Amino acid sequence: MKKVGKQSYIVENPVAIVNTATIVGPKEKEGPLNKYFDKCIEDEFWGEKTWEKAESKFVKETSNLVITKSGISANQIDFCFAGDLINQCISSSFGLRDLSIPFFGVFGACSTFVESNILASISIDGDFAENVLCCSSSHFCSAEKQFRFPLELGNQRPPSSQWTVTGAGATILSKNGNGPFITTLTPGKIVDMGIKDANNMGAAMATAALDTLVMHFNDTGRTPNYYDAIFTGDLGYVGKDILNELAKSKGFNIASNYNDCGVLIFDKDKQDTHSGGSGCGCCASVFAGYIYQKLLDKEYKKILLIATGALTNSLTTQQGESIPGIAHAISIEV
Amino acid sequence: MCGGIICIIGQILIDKTKLTSAKILVLFVTLGVILGGFGIYQKLIDFAGCGATVPLTGFGSLLSKGVISEVQESGLIGAFTGGIKAAAGGIAAAIFFGYIASLVSKPKIKKQ
Amino acid sequence: MKDNPLESQTSYQKYVDEKTPNSPILKNCFNAFLVGGLICAIGQIIFEFCKTKGIDEANCYTIVSISLIFASSFLTALNCFNKIGKFAGAGSFVPITGFANSIVSPAIEYKSEGYIMGVGSKMFTVARSSACISEFHQVL
Repeated sequence: MKKVGKQSYIVENPVAIVNTATIVGPKEKEGPLNKYFDKCIEDEFWGEKTWEKAESKFVKETSNLVITKSGISANQIDFCFAGDLINQCISSSFGLRDLSIPFFGVFGACSTFVESNILASISIDGDFAENVLCCSSSHFCSAEKQFRFPLELGNQRPPSSQWTVTGAGATILSKNGNGPFITTLTPGKIVDMGIKDANNMGAAMATAALDTLVMHFNDTGRTPNYYDAIFTGDLGYVGKDILNELAKSKGFNIASNYNDCGVLIFDKDKQDTHSGGSGCGCCASVFAGYIYQKLLDKEYKKILLIATGALTNSLTTQQGESIPGIAHAISIEV
Repeated sequence: MCGGIICIIGQILIDKTKLTSAKILVLFVTLGVILGGFGIYQKLIDFAGCGATVPLTGFGSLLSKGVISEVQESGLIGAFTGGIKAAAGGIAAAIFFGYIASLVSKPKIKKQ
Repeated sequence: MKDNPLESQTSYQKYVDEKTPNSPILKNCFNAFLVGGLICAIGQIIFEFCKTKGIDEANCYTIVSISLIFASSFLTALNCFNKIGKFAGAGSFVPITGFANSIVSPAIEYKSEGYIMGVGSKMFTVARSSACISEFHQVL
């Protein structure tokens, strides 16, 4: 691993994304990306009694699926990095408790997916591990229950609000494999521009995404057209618009090849999801389903994936605190 | 008509301010209590009937009405007992139906 | 762009407010007026009906409240109320139906934590502040 610039790292030994898996819920199935997901579940409870159990089942089944798909058996996997949004990351720990793989619980809000992959890449490049499993998940119902209001409450959602994705995505990274490869890492700093509106996460996270994006380009000396595509995690329509404009004002015109996973996963007009998707499962399922397939098809050869997270909880919002954002970036090349 | 206008005021509050629905609920009940306390709300009820009693402001005025009559009857202690007594019907019904609903119903995802 | 929105938190907040789409307030108000008015009209019908039965006025108002609370609880239990609420906004929220909904919805949601610690303690998560604050006001 070689550090370049202020906070970016070039991976020296190849870290291959051997395989990915993703399982999503019914609303995601109705979305435009449904053919890229491995499995779509019709019932949000997935036969379980509580939302929390259902979310752990998403984690468990997705992890098992990626293990089966990759052909690497569970006892060959050295570490597992996983996280979700529910208090103390219980969806991940409950979902993975039967797997018997050394486990690190990761919390980076919706940036968890890329954060896990960065940590996994570091451990593989540093020779601490050969195969690592990364997984992250979110569930609309458990997230609403914890962060907002009961599902049956008859309230209206403002246009800037986002829809938490029900689903989980997992990757297996390995020392050996034919790629696609993780080549550069840019872990992000916490950025807080004082946004307090929990219904406008996109705006709160956009500045963090901007910071990481600018850092990445400055550190590596690359320009936006180095990449075939640049994706952010879950800024939604509002955040995407802001990032586009702010990046341009910083001298990086990303408009032509930039998109956002939260924008891609739902059809805004048909599904009434307002500003788009969000949650750990958003970036995870769009990457593990859609983007990974495009990489395998060589449609994209070089991509930059920036997952964004709002580091908040329901108490801090009520206490009137602002919402700090974070964004982690990895570049993946075939 | 009157009920509709009260609802419009609520809608403007939801859209134009960042108040959560819970806070608006509080605001309306409190407003009802104050207006009821000064006897203004009763005039509105006489004019609009259920248009004034059905919105939450009506619930608030009911609370204050209960307090006032109870204070007249049983002195200062009425300030503590009167409000809930007057609104007992509504609150008990909501709790009762809440328990029944939780027995028979299961949370379900919103479709949109 | 005229000035740099990243200069300070206030300038960024201003920039974000410009960028964020507003709620369709006219449409929302119209729907709220329609549904709110309708709920009150239903209340009035029940009220007049009770009056013809010779029940005294104060009790009629209580019967109206309880019937509307029942209807709202019933629709909440059928997972319908949130759809009405989405359409009507304050129209279904400001009438007593919204109060019932705010009690019944957490009751259903927290069923999974049991009937005492779940339903019992969470039932008033949304509404309890209103009860407490108004109580406080009257005592004053």
